[in-house]
Amino acid sequence: MIKVEGLTKDYGARRAIDSLSFEAEQGEILGFLGPNGAGKTTTMRILTGYMPPTSGQATVAGYDVVAESLEVRRRVGYLPETVPLYTDMTVFDYLKFMADLRHLPNAEERADDVLEMVGLEERAEGYIGNLSKGMRQRVGLAQALLHRPEVLILDEPTIGLDPAQVVDVRKMIREVGKERTVLLSTHILTEAQQICDRVLIINQGHIIAEDTPENLQARLVGAETALLRVRGDSDELAGKIRKIQGIQNVNAKPDGSLEFQFAPGQDVRPEVARIAIKSGYDLLELRQVGMSLEEIFLELTRDNASSEK
Amino acid sequence: MRNIWTIARREYKLNFISPIAYVVAFLILITLGVLFTLNVWFFTQNAFSAPGSAPDATIITGPFVFLLVLSAPALTMRLLADEQRMGTMELLLTAPLRDWEIVVGKWLGAFLFLLTIILVSLIFPILLNGMVSPGIDQGLMVAAYLGVILVSAAFLGIGVGISALFSNQLTAFFATLAVIVVLWWLIGFPADVVHTGADFFRYLSMNEHFYNSLNTGVINLSDLVYYLSLTALGLFVGTSAVEMRRWR
Repeated sequence: MIKVEGLTKDYGARRAIDSLSFEAEQGEILGFLGPNGAGKTTTMRILTGYMPPTSGQATVAGYDVVAESLEVRRRVGYLPETVPLYTDMTVFDYLKFMADLRHLPNAEERADDVLEMVGLEERAEGYIGNLSKGMRQRVGLAQALLHRPEVLILDEPTIGLDPAQVVDVRKMIREVGKERTVLLSTHILTEAQQICDRVLIINQGHIIAEDTPENLQARLVGAETALLRVRGDSDELAGKIRKIQGIQNVNAKPDGSLEFQFAPGQDVRPEVARIAIKSGYDLLELRQVGMSLEEIFLELTRDNASSEK
Repeated sequence: MRNIWTIARREYKLNFISPIAYVVAFLILITLGVLFTLNVWFFTQNAFSAPGSAPDATIITGPFVFLLVLSAPALTMRLLADEQRMGTMELLLTAPLRDWEIVVGKWLGAFLFLLTIILVSLIFPILLNGMVSPGIDQGLMVAAYLGVILVSAAFLGIGVGISALFSNQLTAFFATLAVIVVLWWLIGFPADVVHTGADFFRYLSMNEHFYNSLNTGVINLSDLVYYLSLTALGLFVGTSAVEMRRWR
């Protein structure tokens, strides 16, 4: 559905993306994971026909994004990062306007349909300027879905939303992603894990990793990490835990909790819990610690640096 | 055509909730009304000292184009500059629209709004027609009003083109005003000074094609071509500016 080959974009002397190549299959939800300024938005803007690349090729639904830009734009639904909306229009008028621009035969009906999909029917007659950030995000998403696009490109769809809305939007994306190809960008690892079938990690204009979220996690995380918190002094306990078979490392954190690592597939947590209780400690917390995006980046960039040497 | 119409309709409607558009419409119509009243009063006072002279449609069309110098930039400054500032340009540029359709649609929306004001202003010549005997020169009125419409089209074309170059409305306003002042008055000045090429400068001057032609009741093809070319040039500049932004 989406095919990108050697895509490069320069802004003046700065190279935003450097010969990116990737593909997205039909019906796949592909996540673009990376820090701000990594080139996610640039790539998406090229794929939506907003701007041409400096070099390289990209096709969406079989159409070239430069030579057949209009065909591409007809088939893509796009939610830009800034969620640009006409604040002086009502939600319904805005959707009707966008539907008219796309020559939808039953524009008003479609506007009602997508409003229902994003749960904004009762705000249809309200001015967009009066909507909260979360509602605007949903209006933007509704706009992207108007023409039942084959490809959906969402730039940071959950940024700036409150936690309940984030859950809603993620569910919505999973829902609409069932029958279409979705490319979404995020800098939140858990989001990529929850929504995406496959993740591309992009940094400074390069793809530095590409895999399913599970594999990525497994590949990156040589050891699993867990955190243990007990009431009172834990120094003595640290020594006991260190003796458990399979434990690789135990660190006492400044707040008194203990962080320990163990080999994947060799879960020592039940043993740790037993020992803590047997030794007379009040067990307050025992949880697995996921790897943060920052850590993944450090890991990946370290890998890259060492392989280049 | 359909896309142009969709864009134009939105722009046109927007004028009715925009304070600037109301101020423009109000100022134009109030000023014309005052001038109309003064003119009628003046002619009735002097009816006996200058028998046979009666006011015609140019008491409206003459000042009208002058008012357009200020009001056209006010109507066009928002069009593309604001789209750029609000980021909604990204929406239009990723919709299945050609760049020129956006620019022409914006222009058409503003033009239809000015046309509405022009239509309302027709009340003055109609009133005048009832006041003077045997009625006003209707050929002159048609030519003069055609002139106002053509000048409007050209001013708005220039305004849309310049609005596409900026993302700040105020900058767009003053830049448009400057260009219009140059094309309307300044470019004709050399015609009075130089010996060779005076005709050339006179041809470039916008007001020459109005005051010395359409507003005297003469409809020349060259005047139509002049104003329509200027409109097209403005729209072309606007389209190029929108395209250029994509490449940046």
